[in-house]
Amino acid sequence: MITLDHVTRRYQGFSALEDVTLTVADGEILVLIGASGSGKSTLLQLINRLQDPSSGTVRVDGEDIAGIAPEQLRRRMGYVIQGGGLFPHWTVARNIATVPRLLGWDRARIDARVTELLDLLRLDATRLRNAYPHMLSGGQQQRVGVARALAAGPSILLMDEPFGALDPVTRAELQAEIRRIHTETGCTIVFVTHDMDEALGLATRIAVIDRGRLVQLGTPLELLTRPATDQVAHFIGTTDRGLKLLAVQRVGDRVRPGETTPGEPVSAEISLSSALSAMVTRSQDRLPVSDPAGAPLGTIHLADLLGP
Amino acid sequence: MRRVQIPLLAVAAAALGLLPFLRHARNRLLSGQPIDSYVSFGLASPLWTVGFALGLGLLVLPLFRPGALTRWTSLLGAGIALAAAAAIGANAAAHLAAAGSPAARTSLGSGAWLFAATLLLLASDTARRLRFGLAGLVPVFAPLALLLALGTLAPLSLLREYAVQHDAFRAAFGQHVALVLGALGPALLIGVPLGVAAQRWAALRRVAFPVLNLIQTIPSIALFGLLIGPLAWLGTMIPGVSGIGTVPAILALVLYSLLPIVRNTVEGLDGVPRGVRTAARAMGMSPAQTFLQVDATLALPVLLSGLRVTAVQAVGLAAVSALIGAGGLGAIIFQGLFANALDLVILGALPVIALAVAADLVFRLLTAWSRAALGGAV
Repeated sequence: MITLDHVTRRYQGFSALEDVTLTVADGEILVLIGASGSGKSTLLQLINRLQDPSSGTVRVDGEDIAGIAPEQLRRRMGYVIQGGGLFPHWTVARNIATVPRLLGWDRARIDARVTELLDLLRLDATRLRNAYPHMLSGGQQQRVGVARALAAGPSILLMDEPFGALDPVTRAELQAEIRRIHTETGCTIVFVTHDMDEALGLATRIAVIDRGRLVQLGTPLELLTRPATDQVAHFIGTTDRGLKLLAVQRVGDRVRPGETTPGEPVSAEISLSSALSAMVTRSQDRLPVSDPAGAPLGTIHLADLLGP
Repeated sequence: MRRVQIPLLAVAAAALGLLPFLRHARNRLLSGQPIDSYVSFGLASPLWTVGFALGLGLLVLPLFRPGALTRWTSLLGAGIALAAAAAIGANAAAHLAAAGSPAARTSLGSGAWLFAATLLLLASDTARRLRFGLAGLVPVFAPLALLLALGTLAPLSLLREYAVQHDAFRAAFGQHVALVLGALGPALLIGVPLGVAAQRWAALRRVAFPVLNLIQTIPSIALFGLLIGPLAWLGTMIPGVSGIGTVPAILALVLYSLLPIVRNTVEGLDGVPRGVRTAARAMGMSPAQTFLQVDATLALPVLLSGLRVTAVQAVGLAAVSALIGAGGLGAIIFQGLFANALDLVILGALPVIALAVAADLVFRLLTAWSRAALGGAV
């Protein structure tokens, strides 16, 4: 658990972050979103002491981190930055081994862990293990960056606009990887982005930061249905807010149980926007729904998308 | 390939045909009479002329049959032709010495030097195409080295001068290397930390570079002169320090070496991507680990290429420092200049050139090696 208590961060009179209080629960994905210069990266860097607060306290698992040596603290957390930030003079394996080496693991344990992580990030271990970063594609570099952050099995993963420089397809792939890794490891993720779709797709909760202040903290659904300020509403976007609302809700929540409809069933796990898309492409106003295993659950009607 | 080689071959032919191959004088102070190449060839053993022709034949063979093998034999041909030309000069010199007084000197003329220079250009072009690096130079210089070792070339005035100056030459060579190394060491110890500091603090950078640039613009003789006064004054208080000699020479060389070292240190560190440095800290590396494992390592190739410039520059400047009594090969050059003894000038200048080329080569190799060791990314 990460707790920020009345945290303020100033540089030479300029206030980068003003009186922020928030708690990140264990195992959640908290997305910090805001325009550039809003202070969202500053907030992230306060958690691993790349920056220290001017006032207020930051606690990790109840312990004030001002009392922990920065190097020790950082080795307990993963950190991923835009473009990967890989060491260009080290091989992929050596990059991933950075924190384990700092922690003094023995060689065999490091080698085994590197292999495990290459597999986890779906990187070809035999081909890429001894490659240098400049030989990799942008997406591969970012996968190595994530693997490096996860190397010592941290319970907290900090990500600073990690996929900002990637093309949309690669970005979507990596977002899916993050969701999968989050499910597999159960680690707490604090994720900085300026892309609302990325935030809505990943977040357990979203914190909207504007000019150094926390303006709203809530689930994606809360943000979409009850934006706290005009700025938040503006940030969410006015023209496609309805589609975003559909994107953050599951078919399973709106299904009419027991009702049968002919046709290829859709999974209850897919989003309402995917269901809408299927209805439009099939020219049908209702779809059969099954559970992820394939057992029939019921039917969803076009009218159900409008809400209860 | 032909576009370069044919004009060069024409120059080589013209050098032999139009310029004096040898100069013969009654003693080392006179400038001597020109002797054309056909006269020289006539005076020497015909065996050398055969060797010379054979060498030239091998040299031009790739023009007709391009390939790796003919390129290697072409390099050997250049070496044989060079060695044979030198031997012809030596043969002719021995012949002339037997006829005249023992003080008579026969030196290689402008034709022989131009011919040699042209052949070396041809050979270096061929060696580059072979992509074998330094190995390509072995067949070029091996025949010449063999003749030197056998004493075949001893009658040439350059080698007679060397025979006379043997001990002084060795001492001067040692002094020269000591001057260069003695300057590079302190320049590194001062320049690298200064560069690191200048990279970190913009204020220092704004002061340091104009000062170092200014020093660089002072002509070396003027700087030596400027240092005489303050150092002589310092010498009245500290024993061993004086306005002339080794101390001011090394001081001046250090001052000149600072700019390339500081500049390349700063450039190298500037080239380390910001994200990489942030990542190093965020992974939990200490400031010392970040500097040594990331910043310094990634900046190394750029620093080494700066050292290459510094070393070559110091080799040349050390020759000038002979003017303030620092010794070195410059002393031999100036002795020759003042005595109007061209052989002595060449005897001093050739090893300066060789040292500069060697320093250039060593640091080029180190730079390439460091880049390869860093994964070829920087």
